[in-house]
Amino acid sequence: MMDPSGDAIFKEPQQAARSEKHFGAGPGSETDLAEADNPVGGQGHEAGTAGWSAPATKREYPVYEPGEPVALFVPCYIDEFYPQIAQATAELLTWLQVPVEFPSRQTCCGQPAFNSGYWKEACKVVHHFCETFAPYRWIVSPSGSCTAMCRVFFGHVDPDPRIVEIGQRVFELTEFLVECMGVRDVGARFPHKVTLHIGCHTRRELGVATPPLELLQHVEGLQYVELPNVEECCGFGGTFSVKMPGTSIAMGQTKVENIIRSGAEVVVSPDISCLMHVGGILRRHPQGRNIRCMHIAEVLAAE
Amino acid sequence: MEAASGKTLHTEPSASLPGARFLREYNKGLAEPGQFGSLAQSAERSSKHTQEIIASIPYFQSWREQAHQIKRYALANLDKLLVEFERNITARGATVLYAQNAQEANEHILRIVREHGVRTVVKAKTMVSEEMEMNHVLEAVGVRALETDLGEFLVQLADQRPIHVVTPALHLSAADVGRLFQEKLGEPFTDDHAALTQIARKHLRRQFVQADLGISGVNFAVADTGTICLVENEGNQGLSTSCPRIHVALMGMEKVIPNIRHLPVFLNLLGRSGTGQKLTTYTHLIHGSTPGRKLYVIILDNGRTEVLRDPKAWSALFCIRCGACLNACPVYRRVGGWAYGWVYPGPIGAVLTPHLVGLEQAGKLPFASSLCGACAEVCPVKIDIPHQLVHLRHRAVEEPSPVRSWLERLVWRLWAWAMCHPWMYRLSMRMARLGTRLARFLPWHPGPLGAWTRGRELPEPPTAPNFHAWWKKYAHQLKTFPPDLPPESPAAS
Repeated sequence: MMDPSGDAIFKEPQQAARSEKHFGAGPGSETDLAEADNPVGGQGHEAGTAGWSAPATKREYPVYEPGEPVALFVPCYIDEFYPQIAQATAELLTWLQVPVEFPSRQTCCGQPAFNSGYWKEACKVVHHFCETFAPYRWIVSPSGSCTAMCRVFFGHVDPDPRIVEIGQRVFELTEFLVECMGVRDVGARFPHKVTLHIGCHTRRELGVATPPLELLQHVEGLQYVELPNVEECCGFGGTFSVKMPGTSIAMGQTKVENIIRSGAEVVVSPDISCLMHVGGILRRHPQGRNIRCMHIAEVLAAE
Repeated sequence: MEAASGKTLHTEPSASLPGARFLREYNKGLAEPGQFGSLAQSAERSSKHTQEIIASIPYFQSWREQAHQIKRYALANLDKLLVEFERNITARGATVLYAQNAQEANEHILRIVREHGVRTVVKAKTMVSEEMEMNHVLEAVGVRALETDLGEFLVQLADQRPIHVVTPALHLSAADVGRLFQEKLGEPFTDDHAALTQIARKHLRRQFVQADLGISGVNFAVADTGTICLVENEGNQGLSTSCPRIHVALMGMEKVIPNIRHLPVFLNLLGRSGTGQKLTTYTHLIHGSTPGRKLYVIILDNGRTEVLRDPKAWSALFCIRCGACLNACPVYRRVGGWAYGWVYPGPIGAVLTPHLVGLEQAGKLPFASSLCGACAEVCPVKIDIPHQLVHLRHRAVEEPSPVRSWLERLVWRLWAWAMCHPWMYRLSMRMARLGTRLARFLPWHPGPLGAWTRGRELPEPPTAPNFHAWWKKYAHQLKTFPPDLPPESPAAS
């Protein structure tokens, strides 16, 4: 029989609430909960500071001043398997008069190890990332999920404020163009029927849902078609795709059916990792074989 | 902690645990379509329906935030609030009993059964009793606990486990139910919804009147008034708690909320998130017992104190069991609730189960997610489920669990070492490209590679060199707009 009145362990959550700041579990972590007597009236629930209420909150973006140098972070799989995406990104940014730099010591953001639970190993890689990118005010990456790793999860592996701050400087390409630079028309031409898939990390962790769409709508000749059930996960999920292949492939097949139903010739995404998985299934599908998968940077750099 | 031993005591070893089965049984082949009948469509439909209802209310996000804050406050002050609740409800004739684990809670139940000479029990829906495996414990002493929630009744008849926390028989179609009634109750076959409901009603009504003991859960326990709040749609909770002369309410200790004024926030959220209703058909507020009757409230810990200790995990206890995350989860929709191996399925189950039964048994569950975050988006109390999952993954590889392996750690160590040395990074990426190219010619693919090619093509490695090489060669040729023309060129002059 336990006696709740005399048990010291019940005091834990109050400290927990304070130490939770870096975890970002929710708003109000500064408030001493034990002393707040009316939780409903007390804290600023209108502010909607927690993530997950994406429609209600609009993130404040810093403004990019022309001429500021931008470091390009090219995720490992893009570097080796999709170099044309990184090229398109570099071409696109340079075309828009952004001085692009490419720190050659860069490797990975640490996400694969982080998502697999190996935070100690991820931490080493995160430190390497931060050393490499420390001199840059702006870091832009053509991958939403790698950006989410930097901006949202760096604090989980190492709550050091310097690490967290460097993570905050990383932006996904489309959000950088639209939110930081204020560019919507990049002068691209792409006369094809296109549908858009946004990766879940991009959509939900970063809250980037409209920038890719706005950019596509300004591409000359591009016919945009809506993807049915656009918000549903494609099933890639990093190591999830090989740890639980049955479920992952089943989810991908649903996505592929929706892509085929949309009638698009090209699937475009700010996350090529999702498309690596979806494209792999498409190529085995009798009706999906001819549907191309492209990164949004390739479309935006097309003339 | 003793709770751990109590938890495994009354489980059927083959049917209940562990979460480890998730990977083995449900991923050998491709997920078989139609394995769970209409589960995927039903879950998707209710998810969409819920989203429409939610989108129609401008202040829904504000309610979520309020509920989150109330739960935060309640759990931070659990020690005071539980005592306040106990004092207030005891003053009106109820008896409050505490149980540290499932075993203790079952002992309380058995004591009540013996004391009052109970022979028949009617049960309204309660997830805590599933945690306790209470039906088996009662059966062992010759008392049959009849489930009266329609879904639970069907699942009990079919000798299955609930597949969903709100709609336990989500996987059964009307025709399935018709056949079940034909086989188990000897009724003529029908797949008409109204007729099926009448059959269930006919069989259940008698039981309510005859039963000696009614068992229910608790949706919310209000501390300042000492009130138990129960919500339902079928009327069976009202009958279970009022017809028999003894009522036992089972609650997890996290169910307490501070003030009766907070209740409407949760009632607004629960109906809409759970089933897309503005309010459930019935909302019962039970303030104590009347003369000649008995009310027992059993407050169960069963590992919850351990969750409170973990500052990154305690918000998992905010859960109000609405099932919204299940409906929204693409993984749940495909594998169904049983795959999660224990009482709580879906994303919240992948978080709660490892906490409540331990990572040794359920360490694989946090990996059963693509981390898409659809669950957190719909959670009415804003539990950051995907962040909790990665936290649990971290704990699962650090603490004793089925996923901890020295080989995997070695691989990740090597990987981290390579990623910290640019030359090694470039070498290993080049090997990866070469490997992918060679893998096409292999008749059979081992390990993760085989898992990938089971239903997908490998990415086609480009013939062009990697970006590092390209940058070195071509970076100076990149063009800007308008083009920066050299001053001596004819166009500039």
